[in-house]
Amino acid sequence: MTRTVDTDRIVIRIAGDSGDGMQLAGGRFTDATAVFGNDLATAPDYPAEVRAPAGTIRGVSAFQIHFASRDIATPGDRADVLVAMNPAALRSNVGSLESGSTIVVNEDAFNTRNLAKAGYDTNPLDDGSLAEFRVHRLPMTSMTIRATEGIEGVSSRDGARAKNLFALGVLSWMFGRPTDVTQDWIEKKFAGHEPIRRANVAAFLAGYNFGETTELLDIQYHVGPAALPPGTYRNVDGTTALSLGLVAASVRSRLPLLFASYPITPASELLHQLARMRSFGVRVIQAEDEIAAANMALGAAFGGHLGVTATSGPGMDLKAETIGLAVALELPMVIVDVQRAGPSTGMPTKPESSDLLMALYGRHGEAPLPVIAASTPARCFDAALEACRLAIDYRTPVILLSDAFLANSSEPWQIPDVDDLPEIDPRQQEPPADGEEFLPYSRDAKLARPWAIPGTPGLAHRIGGLEKEHGSGNISYDGHNHAHMTELRAQKIRRIADDIPPLEVDGQEGAELLVLGWGSSYGPIRAGVRRVRQAGGKVAYAHLTHLCPLPPNTGEVLRAYQRVLVPEANTGQLLHVLRAEYLIDAEGFHKLEGEPMLAAEIEREILARV
Amino acid sequence: MAVSEHNHNHNGSATLRKQDFASGQETRWCPGCGDYAVLSAIQEFLPELGVPPERIAFITGIGCAGRSAYYLNTYGVHGIHGRAPAFATGLAVARPDLSVWALGGDGDMLSIGGNHLIHAMRRNMPIKILVLNNQIYGLTKGQTSPTSEVGKVTKSTPYGSEDTPFNPVALALGAGASFVARSVDRDRRHVIQMLRAAAEHPGAALVEIYQNCPIFNDEAYAVLTDKDTKDDHQIRLEHGHPIRFGTEGERGVSMRSDGSLAIVDVSDVGEEGLLLHDAHQEDPSRAFALAQLAHGVSDPTPIGVFRDVQHPVHGESSHEELASAHENAGPAELETLLRSGATWTVG
Repeated sequence: MTRTVDTDRIVIRIAGDSGDGMQLAGGRFTDATAVFGNDLATAPDYPAEVRAPAGTIRGVSAFQIHFASRDIATPGDRADVLVAMNPAALRSNVGSLESGSTIVVNEDAFNTRNLAKAGYDTNPLDDGSLAEFRVHRLPMTSMTIRATEGIEGVSSRDGARAKNLFALGVLSWMFGRPTDVTQDWIEKKFAGHEPIRRANVAAFLAGYNFGETTELLDIQYHVGPAALPPGTYRNVDGTTALSLGLVAASVRSRLPLLFASYPITPASELLHQLARMRSFGVRVIQAEDEIAAANMALGAAFGGHLGVTATSGPGMDLKAETIGLAVALELPMVIVDVQRAGPSTGMPTKPESSDLLMALYGRHGEAPLPVIAASTPARCFDAALEACRLAIDYRTPVILLSDAFLANSSEPWQIPDVDDLPEIDPRQQEPPADGEEFLPYSRDAKLARPWAIPGTPGLAHRIGGLEKEHGSGNISYDGHNHAHMTELRAQKIRRIADDIPPLEVDGQEGAELLVLGWGSSYGPIRAGVRRVRQAGGKVAYAHLTHLCPLPPNTGEVLRAYQRVLVPEANTGQLLHVLRAEYLIDAEGFHKLEGEPMLAAEIEREILARV
Repeated sequence: MAVSEHNHNHNGSATLRKQDFASGQETRWCPGCGDYAVLSAIQEFLPELGVPPERIAFITGIGCAGRSAYYLNTYGVHGIHGRAPAFATGLAVARPDLSVWALGGDGDMLSIGGNHLIHAMRRNMPIKILVLNNQIYGLTKGQTSPTSEVGKVTKSTPYGSEDTPFNPVALALGAGASFVARSVDRDRRHVIQMLRAAAEHPGAALVEIYQNCPIFNDEAYAVLTDKDTKDDHQIRLEHGHPIRFGTEGERGVSMRSDGSLAIVDVSDVGEEGLLLHDAHQEDPSRAFALAQLAHGVSDPTPIGVFRDVQHPVHGESSHEELASAHENAGPAELETLLRSGATWTVG
């Protein structure tokens, strides 16, 4: 008899060989889950190699989804259900499962050769080593071949390749997902490729029906829809949200977007997405190198466009000199840094938030600029829009920090009304009245200088990296002028603090500990805090989106608590800034394992302090 | 400096004169620097470009020549070392309505910025690139450059430079340049002719200008410019004409049976034995052979347009589509974009 278990949340991890289509299966399951109405968060975990040796631990690709009937903050610490398509997938993931978890394996893949490749001396399905788990052995490959037999143009080898869809069918049944979402997707995706389309539909339905008609799977889970705020939603990863934010900024400012970038993991997907935005007039250049990409964006900004470049840590090193030029030219420009574990090449697919100090200070000379960090995949949209707003309003380069986790993770996004998005006024300089002298380095109330674009009569002017005379912009080596210009450039950035929201605290009566985070630690911090509060602990938390300038009330907030904990995926970079800036004895929690922080770790760190 | 930016006739050029293109900022090169001659030639040429100053942009890098941006009354950016072609690329892609020029020295364009130079050529960006080649680092006070000859004694090579120099014309041809020319700073008429040819060429155009550095590499090109020697050393390339030179036109260039080029006496081969210069030839191999003809400035050296062929220009096929797409993308289109993909509604 099949049991139905009601639960408010569940974490599933689907793992297989990188050629097995795990990310695709995970993505489809996510869409069905979103449409079903759960709150959700996902995280892919795949190897850096394009095709690591098949069947090995190194070649395992996994996808994790956490979904719930209530609001959730992270893709989940540990999986409740693991689907393992081969022995390597089992071996590399079983260690993180709690006792009593469910494991679904593709039994067909547990042959001598694959077991050896995964480093198993004996078959874990038979040797009793999985006794603490509920293991379901499904011959997925052979059932998929049988389901696709007789489809014209599909060999048994082709058929076997659809086993990810069979697994997806099984999961869809286990968790009561709507099947039409997936079927529609297959129809559209493989329209015109009749044999593949039919094979995928057949495999998917076979998996679903297998769950429904056999008793091999004796458990079904029910996770009801979440009570999300009313609105229209779609599921987005951070890359998608960020590219939509940039396009929205282009539409709201009426400035054409020019995006120049050099391929680098994990930022390349932004390049791919924006390259498809031609219908919004987006110009995309794949530059010859990182330096060129930055210069192209800045050249476009000089020409009156919204110039954006994107990269990851190694590319930031190379762009530094150009960002300094943008500071001197005082032109709008956005530099997106999708952070990854460093130093040097580091771990290109693994998240880390260790570029903060570089973003704040990583240029020669006094070269201040605004730094913004996105906190969740969906909020990458707002962060991109805000970065563009500040860049245009204040004529300054802005560094926008994302990371490998935000870029690839997804969550539901409540789609905003376009009319509610901020309007951005580029205020490009009009031609002067007859006889009026144009001063390229005069300043308005925001200390922003005029944006005078080529083609405007009467405004032809020359600017460069050499120090400029206040007002005229002519070359000046005068020491007093340099001191004044240095102060003006710094003050312009400092004053942005009056133009950004104050730091908001999610407080609790009697809390003496404040957890302050930035970037992608938002989800785990929120979840960790919730756990502590559910257990009766008292703790407050706040999250920074603007890292430079910091919100004006930051010091006041920090001083209101006896202890301040700053969890970061680095060795304490924000901590360093806060201690220097506010002279408070904040404490850090550092995680540098190339994995997102876990709610349990935040919970543990809080409990150690309350 | 007064600027006649008003009262243009329909092509915008009639009232402009050379002085309209001087910014009025004090020039700060050493006395006798070849950069003065090049700047003056540019200012003299610009009125005939038929483009008002506000639609012209000069982008420069670091080095003595990079200062030129400040002295031209156009839009100008004096950017960072080596990156002028990249900055200019961004500007030209965004604003194909502008006349975009990138200018730099041999160190700027061929050493630190070599990558951008070859890619601007490869893409056939609508940018005119002027490389002022003095075969030395001037601003940093006298180090070897990527065009310095082997054996050159400089502050950084006290025992003589060991490295083979770049040949900028050959390099550009190798990068697929659709237009490559060479000129000499002291021959103002010729410089202007090359600027004109470059400006008329749709797409990337590279003009190498031999430029004298009176302080660190004085008279490097003396044989090409001195009255007594220039006729015997300048090989003027003119499209459609046999390649000949010398005071009486007594020498010329002919092709050997193996395809290589040789300098010959016209009396030995006859006028019909001379190579006819065809700058429009799609196959770049002859232009490349001409570029390699001289093995140092003491050899007779071709100047003029080596290659001028029509290739698709970056952005020309998509610019209008993108511009109108941007114009037409308003709130409604954005709304549709944001709501694309699988959506669901709560409440």
